[in-house]
Formats: sequence, structure tokens, C-alpha cells
Amino acid sequence: MQALTLIVILPLVGFLINGLAGNKLGQKAVAVIGCGLPILSFAITVSMFMLLMQTGEARIETVYTWATVGETSFEIALYFDRLSAVMTLIVTGIGSLIHIYSIGYMKEDASFARFFAYLNLFLFFMLLLVLGRSLLVMFVGWEGVGLASYLLIGFWFEDPVNAKAGKKAFITNRVGDAGFLIGMFLLYNALGTLDLDRINSAFLAGPVAVSASLVGVFLFIGATGKSAQIPLHVWLPDAMAGPTPVSALIHAATMVTAGVYMIARLNGLYLHAPEASTLVAWVGAATAFFAATVAIVQTDIKKVLAYSTVSQLGFMFVALGVGAYGVAVFHLLTHAFFKACLFLGAGSVIHALSGEQDIRKMGGLAKRIPVTFWTFAIATGAIAGLPPLSGFFSKDEILWFALASERGGSVALMAVMAVTALMTAFYMFRLLWLTFMGASRMDHEVEHHVHESPFSMTGVLMVLAALAAVGGFIPIPHFLEPIAPLPKTLESMQAYHVPLIGLAIALGVAGLVAAAFVYRGDLALPKRLRESFSGLHALLSGKYFIDELYENLIQRPLHWISEKVFLNFGDRRLFDGTLNGMARLANASGGVLARVQTGSLHLYILLVMIGSFLALVWSWAHG
Amino acid sequence: MDKAQLLLSLAVAMFAIGMVGVIIRRNVLVMLMCMELMLNGVNLSLVTFAHQSGTTVGAVLVFLIFVVATAEIAIAIPIVLMLVKRKQTLDPAAYTDLKG
Repeated sequence: MQALTLIVILPLVGFLINGLAGNKLGQKAVAVIGCGLPILSFAITVSMFMLLMQTGEARIETVYTWATVGETSFEIALYFDRLSAVMTLIVTGIGSLIHIYSIGYMKEDASFARFFAYLNLFLFFMLLLVLGRSLLVMFVGWEGVGLASYLLIGFWFEDPVNAKAGKKAFITNRVGDAGFLIGMFLLYNALGTLDLDRINSAFLAGPVAVSASLVGVFLFIGATGKSAQIPLHVWLPDAMAGPTPVSALIHAATMVTAGVYMIARLNGLYLHAPEASTLVAWVGAATAFFAATVAIVQTDIKKVLAYSTVSQLGFMFVALGVGAYGVAVFHLLTHAFFKACLFLGAGSVIHALSGEQDIRKMGGLAKRIPVTFWTFAIATGAIAGLPPLSGFFSKDEILWFALASERGGSVALMAVMAVTALMTAFYMFRLLWLTFMGASRMDHEVEHHVHESPFSMTGVLMVLAALAAVGGFIPIPHFLEPIAPLPKTLESMQAYHVPLIGLAIALGVAGLVAAAFVYRGDLALPKRLRESFSGLHALLSGKYFIDELYENLIQRPLHWISEKVFLNFGDRRLFDGTLNGMARLANASGGVLARVQTGSLHLYILLVMIGSFLALVWSWAHG
Repeated sequence: MDKAQLLLSLAVAMFAIGMVGVIIRRNVLVMLMCMELMLNGVNLSLVTFAHQSGTTVGAVLVFLIFVVATAEIAIAIPIVLMLVKRKQTLDPAAYTDLKG
């Protein structure tokens, strides 16, 4: 079997074994299979990556011809170039680490095997998504990760809240998928192919029969669903109902970046779609800004991280929008490192506190769980953009291209992003302070049980923290230059390049200092602030009431129409009415005809006799 | 009135009595007996006509009909017995279960 196929298939094998026979295998075997196969995938990916570096040629493997329609055929083909190599490394690498972490985290869970089966299923679809050569294969992966995400958000489905969150994620994504599909139809109609490399070269070669911006906007609608951008961002914070490793793997490091990957993949198309790119940039900026403001007031440790993920994805879309595709993937990589570390750290904290997620009931954990604290602190520094940690490099590049790119960079865009970066640093250090610093606010019972997590968890945290620390030195934008060249920068802005680095550092430090100042001591200051800005606080902690808006705008009218029009009129009156009417008609005519059948033998005989007599008379008369 | 006319009148009378009996009596056994009466009325007319025409075919046919009628009764009586066993009555009106 070919190598790329093997990378994709191995997790599927794990899913089948653990999914079908997991309960009989015992925890140890499940863990070995569930983690071993992704690690094997990762190893093959590394060797393929080495090969790619030597030959420098993209590798294409055709697995199966799906359908042949006239001249064109739809193939399941895998495509391995620099961009998909980076993505595959992230997916299998971080994926394997999180699998290992899950052994410790899910140890007590009764559905241990089911969890690993789902995680492997997710990896399979995610690899199909990033390795697929055509949009069609990508779409299969795209839907598949949605399914895996749904299954894992609702993993503890006994609680209806979790099941509801899973449904919300799935349905919200369907809205985006409609856009994705329309984009695909337009592309196929104009080009006759859905292969990503052919689409890019077709757009780069010259005029195409379809407006690139139109296609770009539709595909971006798909991306807003999967990557939780305004207006379809509402599902991601609720998705935190799933187990924490799931939040780390699916809802931070990999799946939610699928939209970013898709747009970076189709950079040839988006280069010719300036209007769509502007939309991407500004939607990204708006999302980054609003999500950051909401994150400042959240009190659930995972919700803070969820909004931070939405915000960071906004950063990536800004980079995509100004044409710096390599930078977006760079931030995707560093974000995968530090956000996975943060989520898994949060999982470790939750584990230590026997399930407590409210940061108002934490505090003072730094000395009690030191490994978690230090790894969490490094990742926080990375996301806040403190040099030389990884987030600093990628975020600084985004700020620079938001300011100076010839493809839509502007001072306004940069200013929004700079303010967001400041808020990012502030809410992350607020989280760090409330969780680990100051005096303990834990319940006595919980405090008694605080314990550091097992090595399978802390070891993974240390690896991720190390990656979050040094990941910024991987020159991704340069590495991707052959596929996605960086945009030219404006001459007039060159002078600001170095000061901008100073600004980025200043923002990170300012966030740190502000958070440390506000949340020091007995937390009297944040309480005063909350009281003096109570209106703003209510707006933010209500998440701008977007869920309520959607409920009143979409859910209620839909419910009303379903109930009144479809159920009461359509189903009950029209369909049931027609059928019941026909049944009543048959019944009534039967009643009339049944009178003939009296059941009286004597009457029958009399009638037979009369009939015979009449027949005789008739035959005599006509004889 | 010659002999043939007398016999034919008797045959018609037997048939009519049998028919009325089948129609008005509420006892299955009596109804069966009345049916036999009708059959024999027909037989009588058959024999009479045969005699009148001077052939033996009619008389032979009557013997065949006797055989068939015997077989028929041999089936009909057990059926009646089974029905009576079930409902403890000879009234055919009790067996209107299939009536809509």
C-alpha cells in the first residue's frame, strides 16, 4: 500500500478495532491501539516529509476512482506538498500527543474504548481533509470531522446539555456547508475539475468563466462555519461540553483550522478575489475583536480558552485576507502548539480539582500543581505574544502584514488587531492569575484532593510547552514561499517595521502588567470595575446576546412555522386529513354495501330462487 | 287426469314444499331434509318423464343422483354436528360471524 494512503488508513483501522471490539479488549490494549496507530501515522508522515524535502516534488497518490462522468472522473486522490505536509505533521503530531494525554485523562471513564474510537475516526477524516487532492475529497473529510466533532461534544450524552451542544455544532456547521457546496458547484461548472492544484493554476493562468470573488465568498461561508467566525461562531464555546482533550484536539488545534487551511490551499483563487479577501480580513478582525472582549469576562476556564480560540482564528483570517497565506499557516502552527498546551493544562487543572471549571473557585494552584502551572504559564506567554515564545513571531507577522500588505493592509486593520492583541494578553494573564496565583478560593473538600496529574498527562504538557516556546523559530512563511508567496509590502510603511515589533512586545507586557495589577490580592478592584461598568459587563458576559438574537430571529420563527404551518396545517390537516378522509369514504361505502350481506341464510335462498325463477321466465320468453 | 300428470303434480308439490321449508325453517337439520325433499321432487319428475318417453336413461340418472346426494349428506351432517357442538344451537342465524 502506498505511504500516503497508509497515513490516512491507519487511524481508520484503529477506529474499527476500538469501535467494534474495544469493550472486550481491556483498557491497556485499547490505549496501545488507539495511540499506536496515530503515532505510526506520524512516523510515516515524518519520513514522507523527509522525502519531500529531498525531491522537492509534490506527491500525488490516486487511491480509487470514484465515478467517471463523461470525460471527467472523480478520483479519491491524495496530495502531499509543503502545505499539506505541514498540516499533516500538525494533525498527526499534536493528535498523537493528545491521544497519549487522553490515556490519563479518560482513565476513569466507562466509555474508554468509545472515546479512542471516536478520536481515531476524527484523525482519519481530518487527514482526508488535509491530504485530499480535490475539493470533493476535502468535503468528505470536512463533513467527517463535523460528525466526529458532534460525537465527541456529545460524548457524555446522558446530560442533555451536552447532547444539545453537539447538535448545535452540527447544525451551525451545516449552514456553512451549504456555502461550501455552492462554491464547489460554481467551480466545477466553470472549470470542470475540483482538483485543488488545477483550480489554483487555472486562476493563476488567466481569466476564468466564474467570478473568483463570488466563489471565494461562498467558500468563506463554509470556512466561517468550520472555523467559528462571525456569524457562525456560536457553536464553538458550547462545544466545550466535550471532554477536554477533545477541546484541545478538535476545537483548538486542528478541526477549527480547516477553514484557514482551505483558504490557504486555494490561495491562487483568493489572489484573484480582492473583494472576497477584504471580506475575509474584516470578518476575521471583527471576530478576533469581539471574541476577545467576551473572553475578558468569562468565568469558566474552558470558555475563556474557547473565546480565545475564536479570537485567534480571527487573527489567521486577517492574515489570509491580506494575502499572507504562509503567515496564517504559521499562526495556525504556533496556535496549535500553545492552545493545545493551554487546553490540556486546563484539563489537568480540572482533573486536579475533581471537575471544577469555575476560575472564581480556584486560585493559588501554582505551588500545588507546579508542572501544570509552568507549562500553562509558558503557553500563556506564547499566546500573549511575549518574545521569544512562539506566538510573538506569528502575531507580529500578522500585525505587520495587516498594516503593510499591498493586498488590503491598512492602519485601521492593524489598529483593531493591536487592540485585540492587548486584550488577548490581558484575558490570558487574568486567567493565569485567577487560576494559579493569589489566595486559594477553593472549596475545602476540593482543596483537600488537589493532586498533580500522572506523567502521561504532564509529559505531554511539557512537550507541548517546549514546542510553544520554540515553535516560533520554525520559518513556516519562508518554507511555504514556493506555494504561497508573501504579498509585497507598501514602501510607505517600511519605516514602521521595527517599531511594530516594539509595539507587539509592549502590548504583551502591558496586558501582563494590567492583569497582574487588576487581579492582585483580594480581587477588590475587579469587583469595583464590574460594578461601575455593570451594563458593559452584562453585555459581554451575555456574549453580545447573539445566541438570544438567533433564537428570536431564526429559531422561534422556524419553530412557529414548523408547528403551525407544517405540523398543524400540512401534516395534520392536509396529509392526515386526506388519508383519514379516504378511510372514512371506504368505511361509509362499506357500510352501505354491508347491508346486502345480512347473514340470513333464508333470505339468500329466497333471492337465489327468485333469481332462478326470473332467469327461467326470461329464457322462456326469449326462447 | 292421467298418471303422468298426477306424478308431475306431486313432484312440483314436493319441490315447492321443500323450497318453502328451506326458506322459512330455522333448524339446519330440517333445512337439510327439505333440500332432500326438493331433490327428490326433481328426481320424481325425471323418472316420470323417462317413463313417458319410454327410455331408461332417466331412471339410471336418478340412481346416480341418489349416490351423489348420499355423499353430499354424509358431508353435510358432520358439518352441522361440528357447528352445533360449537354454538349449541341449530339456528343458522347464530353463524353470522363474518357479517360486516
